[in-house]
Amino acid sequence: MQDWPILSVLIWLPIFGGVVMLALGERNVALGRWIALLTTAVTFGVSTLLWANFDSSTALMQFGEEHSWIPSLSSAYALGVDGISMPLILLTTFITPLVVIASWTVIEKKPAQYYAAFLILEGLMIGVFAALDALLFYVLWEAMLIPMFIIIGIWGGPRRVYATIKFFLYTFLGSVLMLVSLIYLYQQTCNAGQCSYLIADFYDVPLDLNVQIMIFIAFLAAFAVKVPMWPVHTWLPDAHVEAPTGGSVILAAIMLKMGGYGFLRFSLPITPDAAGTLDWLVISLSLIAVVYIGFVALVQQDMKKLIAYSSIAHMGFVTLGSFLTFELMSVNGDVRGAAMGIEGAMVQMISHGLISGALFFCVGVLYDRMHSREINAYGGVVNTMPIFAAFAVLFALANSGLPATSGFVGEFLVIIASFRADFWYAFLAGLTLILGAAYTLWMVKRVIFGAVANDNVAALTDLNAREFVVLGVLALAVLALGLWPAPLLEVMHKTVENLVQTITTPKL
Amino acid sequence: MSSWAEMNGQVAAAEVFVLCALCVILVIDVFLTERSRWLTYVLSLATLAGAAYMTVRHGVQTRVTAFDGMYVADPMGDVLKLFSYGTVAVTFLYSREYLQRRGLFKGEYFILGLVALLGVMVMVSAGSLLTVYLGVELLSLSLYAMVAFDRESGIAAESAMKYFVLGAISSGTLLYGFSIVYGVTGTLQLDELAVNVREVGAANLALIFGLAFIIVGIAFKFGAVPFHMWVPDVYHGAPTPVTLFIGSAPKIASFVLAIRVLAEGLDAMVASWQEMLIALAVLSMLLGNVVAIAQTNIKRMLAYSTISHVGFILLGILAGTNEGYRASMYYTLAYVITTVGSFGMILLLSRAGFEADRLEDFKGLNRRSPWFAAIMMMLMFSTAGVPPFIGFWAKLAVIGAVLDVGLAWLAAVAVLLSVVAAFYYLRVVKLMYFDEPTDSHAIEAGGTLRAVLSANGVAVLALGVFPSVLIDLCARVLP
Repeated sequence: MQDWPILSVLIWLPIFGGVVMLALGERNVALGRWIALLTTAVTFGVSTLLWANFDSSTALMQFGEEHSWIPSLSSAYALGVDGISMPLILLTTFITPLVVIASWTVIEKKPAQYYAAFLILEGLMIGVFAALDALLFYVLWEAMLIPMFIIIGIWGGPRRVYATIKFFLYTFLGSVLMLVSLIYLYQQTCNAGQCSYLIADFYDVPLDLNVQIMIFIAFLAAFAVKVPMWPVHTWLPDAHVEAPTGGSVILAAIMLKMGGYGFLRFSLPITPDAAGTLDWLVISLSLIAVVYIGFVALVQQDMKKLIAYSSIAHMGFVTLGSFLTFELMSVNGDVRGAAMGIEGAMVQMISHGLISGALFFCVGVLYDRMHSREINAYGGVVNTMPIFAAFAVLFALANSGLPATSGFVGEFLVIIASFRADFWYAFLAGLTLILGAAYTLWMVKRVIFGAVANDNVAALTDLNAREFVVLGVLALAVLALGLWPAPLLEVMHKTVENLVQTITTPKL
Repeated sequence: MSSWAEMNGQVAAAEVFVLCALCVILVIDVFLTERSRWLTYVLSLATLAGAAYMTVRHGVQTRVTAFDGMYVADPMGDVLKLFSYGTVAVTFLYSREYLQRRGLFKGEYFILGLVALLGVMVMVSAGSLLTVYLGVELLSLSLYAMVAFDRESGIAAESAMKYFVLGAISSGTLLYGFSIVYGVTGTLQLDELAVNVREVGAANLALIFGLAFIIVGIAFKFGAVPFHMWVPDVYHGAPTPVTLFIGSAPKIASFVLAIRVLAEGLDAMVASWQEMLIALAVLSMLLGNVVAIAQTNIKRMLAYSTISHVGFILLGILAGTNEGYRASMYYTLAYVITTVGSFGMILLLSRAGFEADRLEDFKGLNRRSPWFAAIMMMLMFSTAGVPPFIGFWAKLAVIGAVLDVGLAWLAAVAVLLSVVAAFYYLRVVKLMYFDEPTDSHAIEAGGTLRAVLSANGVAVLALGVFPSVLIDLCARVLP
């Protein structure tokens, strides 16, 4: 184990890098880029130590740090990771350097601020996954909105102001009620004798069902907006379409995962009985997301919008997998099935992070050349950009859940788990295999294949080395996770089992 | 005749010092030429430093009364006074250049400012209803004059008139309430009042009648809905340095007015004033936040934002617990620190013939000065209650206080309205960051203003990242 604060380094190194970039200003952009790349690369390097030294035989928090922060509120700077948060941190540190590389020459307006925003954002996001103290979690969770607000607003498309204010207000609205719940839970721990903001202490607070339901709904508001679940998803297509490529990637690959993470870390263990009572609600919303949003994606004309809707549909699997637990456990005490659902949700989060990120990078590659995201503007790209086409097709197939790609593993686990719960869940969830393939491949067909559509497409140049590296690394990750998901599953297995145990022990 | 020492007069050393110093400055100022006016400015700042020294020197560990109970010194009072000196000093520092440019760099601004500060100090240390009233009037009368201070400006004269008429009515209301309470309980002393109210019974109709008038007076001084009419006009009409002044130390005074009268004198009637304050708080948060959206002038926008923040300050007070008062105090201090910065930013951007008080004047600030755009962004996010800035902890504290007394619905209303508020603060950030500048002038402000404003912005962040500094301070003085 480490005797140095590895998680603090992961959080503060990028933030420090961001502050350095801001101080440096726009004077020396070339240097700034290298600082950004170096910072994110070192952060990734450090984060691999988490993986290497992770003890997957325990569900306990590891790499723990605890310092007094606000003694009068009993709030501590407490960090730690378990099998659920560690992979998500790794995903964050993995994606961010790619974002830096991908926007190497693309950003012309205030590049130093651009990189600084991403670096600060990275630190805050890692903090969200590592925080063990609810107040610290909340602070980072909200603070994260600020750099994203700036990223979409400054470097976004024509309707960026509308999109970014909508994004901010939606997520802010969702989270304020969570804040009230957290304060309430804190006061309950005080009533029990030991004031604490530690999330783990919230698990032991006894709550009657009505209170649990209120708290559950408040949490649902926060996390459902973030995931996003139907019908509070409408900010996502706007934000994705208007955000610069890097912003879309971070949003899709990491920020959405925080909703899923929140369900696993807060909603399920803190209010298990309410979650059990209202699981039908979440399951229905998830299935609506999978099926209805799948159809919505089918008719999109804008590539980014299509991928955004596809994200909503895929994130439906995350919430579905997480909330199957109760039905599985109450029907026949199916611990294995319940664990499978949650593990499927986790794999789906990681995999979707890689795939949707990659797809947004692909759109970014095209957009940088043609400045259009309309599917109609393209056609026959394979003729001029064969290497790009190969990558795009790979990611498209992964997005539609082709076996041997990471997209398959998560969806498969969740569908199997839902089969154990109810045939119709599995049936509806399984529709994604058709819908996902339909909307993704149809887009690929229209954009990539066919004859060269127009002169602009004819003038396209294939990937440069920088873009090749980004897409190549992602492709490797997608394939690796698809062919051999065992290490990922192993890391989270104990934690998930423990979680199933916690959430199926009634609090009443 | 009892002697000075018998009356325990030394605890009032700071007040005595400020009064003497301001008389001296008044006399010196008469003999100064325009060119040597800076002496008034320097002496005013020195007075503040001296007052701070006196307050620290004669600081008290527990509650001490003086002048037969008319005057109270307690740790809370000391902290509030020190904060008042600080904000007034920052106000003077921010204002100097603006006043010089406008030909308003006159002794009156500083002298009236110090008198107003004396009013704040008297209110902070009030031990009886009479002292409270004395402080209120001392503060209000100076403020009326300050608003009208730019005699060339018609709009300033108009708002001063409005302020004066409405303010006089509210002072009368407050005094009427005091007199009824005095009639029923037979005492003006706040500590005796607390005892006598219990004897008379908190449900006494005449007392509640008097209380209603007192609440109206307090609500007016705070600027809480529906007694807020003067706030937007005065904030908008007054010269920006005066707006800055009104937005800072007097808010501390309003807070302490509520604490001394309601929490100390009439604490037995908490059930009655809690209901009244709930109505005021909800209306203030609602109206302030919704109407602020429609504003195009940033001073007016900040005026409505102030109204909504008053609602939040009242949330803490109406909880009626020590935790609530503490939260309220924290909120007031956090609010003052942030607001001073926001108005300072308007002063920073202003120049000869250009007020920089319209929202669009902030367009593209990130292009013109990334550093000050970042500071303004931090101030705006802090006012909106977004972490990791100080405003978030203030909001957290009052919401916790309200939840603790079982008013969960009120907490929910408050946080939902704070989302409405986020919109217009975001709009300022949007103008600064997402829009192109329409104004290509370089920022003219001098080094002092830049340095103090930068420190102010950094404080908003630093106190947000390490909130326990200020939280613990409030906890220590209001245990």
